[in-house]
Amino acid sequence: MSEIDTSGGGGKHKGKKRGKKLSTRIDMTPMVDLAFLLVTFFMLATTLSKPSAMPVTMPDPTDIPKDQQNKAAASKALTLILGKDNKIFVYRYFLDKKPEVEETTFGEKNIRKLLLDKKAEITADFVPNVKDQSPIVLIKPTRDSKYKNMVDILDEMKVTNLKRFVVVDITKADLDYLTQKGLY
Amino acid sequence: MPKVKIPRKSTLIDMTAMVDMGFLLVTFFMLATKFKPEDPVEVDTPSSSYTEVNDDKDIIMITVSKDGRVFFGMDNQGHMAEILERVVQGAHGYKVTAEDKKIFAKQSTIGVPIANMQQWLALPTEEQKNQPGIPTDSLGGELYEWIFNARRLNPKGRILIKADGETNYPVIKNVINVLANEKMKAFKFNLVTDLEESRMK
Repeated sequence: MSEIDTSGGGGKHKGKKRGKKLSTRIDMTPMVDLAFLLVTFFMLATTLSKPSAMPVTMPDPTDIPKDQQNKAAASKALTLILGKDNKIFVYRYFLDKKPEVEETTFGEKNIRKLLLDKKAEITADFVPNVKDQSPIVLIKPTRDSKYKNMVDILDEMKVTNLKRFVVVDITKADLDYLTQKGLY
Repeated sequence: MPKVKIPRKSTLIDMTAMVDMGFLLVTFFMLATKFKPEDPVEVDTPSSSYTEVNDDKDIIMITVSKDGRVFFGMDNQGHMAEILERVVQGAHGYKVTAEDKKIFAKQSTIGVPIANMQQWLALPTEEQKNQPGIPTDSLGGELYEWIFNARRLNPKGRILIKADGETNYPVIKNVINVLANEKMKAFKFNLVTDLEESRMK
């Protein structure tokens, strides 16, 4: 099967010596073998896709004067607490108002729907003397949450077009409140 | 009855087209891909819908493995060699040699405590894969040293955090705290993610 076809040139010719007509066909099997070996090598040893990057900006603690730090309008605040096993606890206002805590999880039907509902609700809740009526989302990952949860929730912020959000440390008051509600 | 003669056909086929295609694919893979960087750890980054791709240049990469080990890396080999001198020189009375720098320039990622650096540099290449990670605490630890010097070396350097999705949040919090504090002032950074296939879960 794989031998160079050197036949050709026709029958025997007595007398005159003629140069043997060689076929131009060569066996390419080893060449194909080599080509596909290289293909396989490059497929396995290299990466095709560049990973994407999610830009994150953390707040500069020295940027904001201390007295203004906690002046975010309470009715505009939405707190998301990232808990264990991909759970998310959501409440509006601050803790002094004893807010209702809703428990949800990741996914289009859960957190995304809830965020969109809350966004509409909060934006409609008009506060005078505030330029931006959109919600301020406080993301508080607990020590039991995974990095994936944080990336997912930041992604949700982009998907639901919530522009004002910040990742902050969870406070003891938050944890106590959740424990009191029997959620944490 | 006459015998039925099966006509003998040649088994030789023309493979020119196949060769053409084979080398076309080889060329494509050679041009369109780049070699996988050698990481001391496997990191399975979470997915997101962000589509901005990383530039390959001017990167300060912080890799966090699933078990919470922290690694540091820069894309430029010259910088890697230089940073060894800046971070390790003087610390623990260890003098960096040109040989050490050469070893360091070959590393894309490093996760060795400064105190163990001398020992680690003396190891044979195969054993150098084993790295315990850079010590990090809420005040920064040694990671602060690495990043601080990296930003001095390459002021254009963009900080990328490449962490495994299953990493516990406190580890990430430590890393972020190292970046976003009054001393470092690196409030802008990037989280490396995969393009998601589907968000349904």
